[in-house]
Amino acid sequence: MSKSTYKVPIGPIHPSLEEPMTFNFEISGERIQSVDLAPGDNHRGIEFMGRNRNIIQIIYLAERICGICSASHPFAFCRAVENAAGIEVPPRAEYIRVIISELERIHSHILWAGVAAHELGFDSVLFLSWKVREEVMDLLEMLTGNRVNYGMFMIGGVRRDITEQQIPQIRKTLQYYKDVYQKLEDVFLKDPSIALRTKNVGVLTYEEALNLASVGPTTRASGVKKDIRQDQPYSAYADFDVQAITPDSYSGEVNGDVFDRIIVRILEVFQSVQIIEYCINNLPDGEILSEPKIAKLLGVLKKAKGEGVGRHEAPRGEVIHYVKLNESENPEVWKARAPTYNNLMSWMPMLQRQEVADIPIVIASIDPCIGCMDRVTLVDSNTYKKQVLTREELRKLSIEKTRRMLR
Amino acid sequence: MSGSSILIFILKIVGALIIAVIGILVGLFYKGIDRKLAAMMQSRVGPPVRQPFLDFFKLMIKENIVPENAIPWIFNGAPMLALVSTITILFYIPYGSLPALFGNSGDLILIAYLLAIPAIALVAGGFSSGSTYASIGAQREMVLMMSYELPLVTTIVVLGWRLNLAYPGLKVFSLAVLSANPIWSLVGPLGFIGAILLLFTLAIVTPAELSIVPFDIPEAETELAGGILVEYSGRNLALFELANAVKMIIMGALTVVLFFPYNIAHLFSLSGFFAYIVDTLFFFFKLFIVIFFEATLIRVAIARLKIDQASVAYLVFLSIVGLMGLLLIAVDYII
Repeated sequence: MSKSTYKVPIGPIHPSLEEPMTFNFEISGERIQSVDLAPGDNHRGIEFMGRNRNIIQIIYLAERICGICSASHPFAFCRAVENAAGIEVPPRAEYIRVIISELERIHSHILWAGVAAHELGFDSVLFLSWKVREEVMDLLEMLTGNRVNYGMFMIGGVRRDITEQQIPQIRKTLQYYKDVYQKLEDVFLKDPSIALRTKNVGVLTYEEALNLASVGPTTRASGVKKDIRQDQPYSAYADFDVQAITPDSYSGEVNGDVFDRIIVRILEVFQSVQIIEYCINNLPDGEILSEPKIAKLLGVLKKAKGEGVGRHEAPRGEVIHYVKLNESENPEVWKARAPTYNNLMSWMPMLQRQEVADIPIVIASIDPCIGCMDRVTLVDSNTYKKQVLTREELRKLSIEKTRRMLR
Repeated sequence: MSGSSILIFILKIVGALIIAVIGILVGLFYKGIDRKLAAMMQSRVGPPVRQPFLDFFKLMIKENIVPENAIPWIFNGAPMLALVSTITILFYIPYGSLPALFGNSGDLILIAYLLAIPAIALVAGGFSSGSTYASIGAQREMVLMMSYELPLVTTIVVLGWRLNLAYPGLKVFSLAVLSANPIWSLVGPLGFIGAILLLFTLAIVTPAELSIVPFDIPEAETELAGGILVEYSGRNLALFELANAVKMIIMGALTVVLFFPYNIAHLFSLSGFFAYIVDTLFFFFKLFIVIFFEATLIRVAIARLKIDQASVAYLVFLSIVGLMGLLLIAVDYII
């Protein structure tokens, strides 16, 4: 083997990336020797923007953290605020929330499947899966008025009810996805050329998945049964017994490769169909908002004091929102931790010793959402250059800040 | 030089110009149809059939950027070389009952060599463009080229060899001779299966020659952002696109000439001028069918392979298929 390696930068802008992110590869021939991640190209300062707004306005800001998780972020945020202010959500609203977030999971997973096929150079499958995805987009538009950024969530409930007239349409769409399951299985799980490109590629072992605290389908594909809907049931998930899906339920074995991640996502689409079906069959009657008057709600929130944490299993994994209310118009702290942040480091073992041709599919396999994840960029205000802090420097800064806050 | 030979010389130049223009036009047109059909198979609308022409004109008016650390003369020369060598092959191919323009002076072996030149030009252009992506692409193109040459040459040699056994003394690698004596009529049932295997071999080599999915590994949009062509723009890219369109015609035409050289004019008892027209049109129809199966259908049905997988597929599996064809035809001859 030749000793010489060469550097290949992927990103910030590259056809295989949906969002800006930089990877610096050290490559020898076609093999990856090492990889260095350099995020921070997509920082928008959303949390800072949120601290200058009132709680109701932040819901819509949270929705726009990510175009695809536009139900997950407000879901987690609303739960955080409800937790902090002690607001009860009516049962009907809980069910509607779950229906919307499971519909979102269906569209997110099928969108991902299409992207993955495109990364493999299999464009026919991309067009097929995105055609299949249109059905759920239409349903979401009918239920909420929007294809993305649904505007459905509100502190203490949801903004729109699901009426009796809409239920047949939901059932029709669910039936469509049940019918189309066979097709998706044939295309993704039985196609030899997809198997050739994804089996034993980008392997993340069980131990690595645990050590790196990866979340969502990424960790479940490695055999870790981690799913907040199962571990700490919340909202209407508590009524439906959600089981974390691992690939061994389909193929009988866990390899932790890209193929397993495809299996998990395809199976989760149909788990979501079952959850929605349960929800519309058992939809309770009653209010959809604990406090319909927004001005009054704002008044309550303005007087609230306390901390709250909201967690939700987004399509990509666990999303956590933390809110600290301090009897003022704006929250004192708003922190959003997107699932991609956890999954970021699992790229390192996955990309190790892979080929250049595997880079796009391995990167896509955790379904990265850089827009969700980019929380910090350090820029020198004089030179406009990005800076990188070492662990020691970061620790020193943290200690300084803690001292400042204690004073 | 006598008067008549000067006349023939001028006629040949005019003929070459006409064939080059028609080759490019038909190549771009078939490319448009290919894209439209692929789009329909993927349930989308797709671009209009004239899109490759529009792309070409658009590229021609675009700025032609030569990167700073490129080697300009190789970088600019490579697309020229690719286009010229592909167009040259057009002059050696008989169209229907029309004989090839330079039919007497070149044969299949020459075409096999000329076919390698565009690929070499691509590699040279890729390496000279001074980009990492292009270098990786060029490395891959080299590996791919070395992999598909063996099955391609196996097919060509077997056809000539079998013809030589049947009619010793003929110029067996001449396309005119090969198309006058199609392999199907020379062999028995075993050899027939062998010939089908050879046809399959040639059909699978075609996507790699044209660098389309699943063998577009050197360009690999999602991996290398266009790989070998990543630094090319404007006129240079347009020339490469033209070369690729013409190459599509050539690969299709090779299959037609070697395996389906049948004409239909005599069925309608036509002769003279009309016979040429009918046969040429029929030739282009056959060409269309062949391109549909060798390029369009394959590229919508399979994911892109990795370079090592493609290399193994050609050097091991496809070579075995080709050699099986050879074996069957040999056994058929001995029996």
